[in-house]
Amino acid sequence: MSLKVNHATLGYARSIVLQNVSFALESGSLCCLLGANGSGKTTLMRSILGVLPLRSGEICIDDVPLAQLSHADRARHIAWVPQAHEGTFAFQVIDMVMMGFSPHLPAFSVPGRREHESAMSQLTALGIAHLAGRNWKELSGGERQLVLIARALVQRPRLLLLDEPASSLDFGHQISLLETLKQLRQTGMTLLMATHHPLHARAIADTVIRVEPDGSVTQGSVDSQLQVDRLAALYRVTPEQIRHHLSHSH
Amino acid sequence: MKFSVVLGLLALSAALCGLLSMMAGAYPLSFRQVFSLLLHSDSDTLSAQASIVLWQIRIPRLLAALLIGAALAGAGTTYQGIFRNPLVSPDILGVASGSGLGACLGIWFGLSIVWIQLLAFCGGLLVVAGVWLITLKASRLDPVLTLVLAGIALSTLCGAGISLIKILADPYTQLPSITFWLLGGLSSITRTDLAFSGPLMVAGALPLFLLRWRMNLLTLSDDEAASLGVNVVRLRLTLVVCATLMTASAVSIAGVIGWIGLVVPHIGRLLIGSNHQRLLPVAMSIGAILLLLTDTLARTLSATEIPLGILTAFIGAPFFLLLLLRGGRP
Repeated sequence: MSLKVNHATLGYARSIVLQNVSFALESGSLCCLLGANGSGKTTLMRSILGVLPLRSGEICIDDVPLAQLSHADRARHIAWVPQAHEGTFAFQVIDMVMMGFSPHLPAFSVPGRREHESAMSQLTALGIAHLAGRNWKELSGGERQLVLIARALVQRPRLLLLDEPASSLDFGHQISLLETLKQLRQTGMTLLMATHHPLHARAIADTVIRVEPDGSVTQGSVDSQLQVDRLAALYRVTPEQIRHHLSHSH
Repeated sequence: MKFSVVLGLLALSAALCGLLSMMAGAYPLSFRQVFSLLLHSDSDTLSAQASIVLWQIRIPRLLAALLIGAALAGAGTTYQGIFRNPLVSPDILGVASGSGLGACLGIWFGLSIVWIQLLAFCGGLLVVAGVWLITLKASRLDPVLTLVLAGIALSTLCGAGISLIKILADPYTQLPSITFWLLGGLSSITRTDLAFSGPLMVAGALPLFLLRWRMNLLTLSDDEAASLGVNVVRLRLTLVVCATLMTASAVSIAGVIGWIGLVVPHIGRLLIGSNHQRLLPVAMSIGAILLLLTDTLARTLSATEIPLGILTAFIGAPFFLLLLLRGGRP
């Protein structure tokens, strides 16, 4: 599924966060979203999700303006993996995952055996079937993150938004997350992942979107967007610091 | 515990409590009498008095206790879920204090019981509508927090109104009925009350029951719920309206009965977990049984009837403290 953002202004009633945003994601591509803390990555994701109305411009999926779709229609196209959260109630993991069926079920119905099986096989595919009966409150941050990914995939989206999914994962799970994302891309899913790891972008991204410190948004190839000088400008550090850090992590 | 086991146990205890409540009282009926009266067989051997006690007094009161208990527990479960706060009770949005103010006004003006109930019902709904309007106007703040804060503020306002009426009211004729009303009780419930508020409670409970699984989604953040395809504002409004309708109709005929709506959802979560698909029916059944049991105690423990609100507080508050001590998180 393709996503097009045309001259969009994003923000809240009293403050504009990002102006004149334009970019396009091709169907079956994986794009990483980079930007400093507080630069507006989350605002951009909320606007694509449709929870934050645009101030001007438009966002289209498959050339249909987002604003024309109902809540359930949007959720059948776009799923969101939020950052792992505490939650208020101690849901079982399997119940949490089955919430992903919500846009596919009629308003008054409850998930049944088929949904249960399909949620279980999603958990198995992510290697966390053993968590199914566990209680949300007892999970570690990384386990919660994987469960939220399972819930988003159960939603069968064609565009998947991920908000720093690797931030609470250990090294091994980070690697398998990237592998999973690659596999999803092969199925034709379009992916947009906000990340704080330029190396993750280099490892898997087709294109990179940067939210610049001045509030503009640029899209480009991995190599051009991840040049050391430009990374330095993005994160407000010196190119030497970046080079030094990257040489240590290789 | 398994859902079917829990339901079986609840059905069994409902039957036992129902039987107990039909037998016990100032005019005791034996097990055999109750059964033969229920089945209408050989009614000539039993006194007409026994039949009146059972059919005119005990059974309407039993039904009222079941309905009101289920309504309060259902509303409490719903409010705790959609406000993402396990310490919320059905009167969080000011239903109880609004109804209380309405009823006190009715008693003060010397209106008939029907008008008092109607004023109580409308008072409850008006306060919640006010809370909702304030939340719409204060759109810059987090809607869940605004709802709760506006509810507290309007409750306080109504409480002040109630206190004022208490001072102005006739201390010999009106004050006792105001006090009794505010403490809550089922002693004055009639069949007409049931015919009026029973259908309203069922009308509120039906959408809640149908939407019980979707209720889970509102316990997540608004963004998360929206990304899962929920029209958050519409669903929250629907649930608030239904829960308020149930609470207001319960309060209008039984007065303010505290604690059931706060404590019962916690018992439900201990038994069956947090998934509202199973929690809502379980909590409503527990609420019904618990209120029936408490009401039976209220009218049999002493010669004069103890107001129900006092008993539910005596049972509910220690239980709640117990929950807090053992971690507070079922």
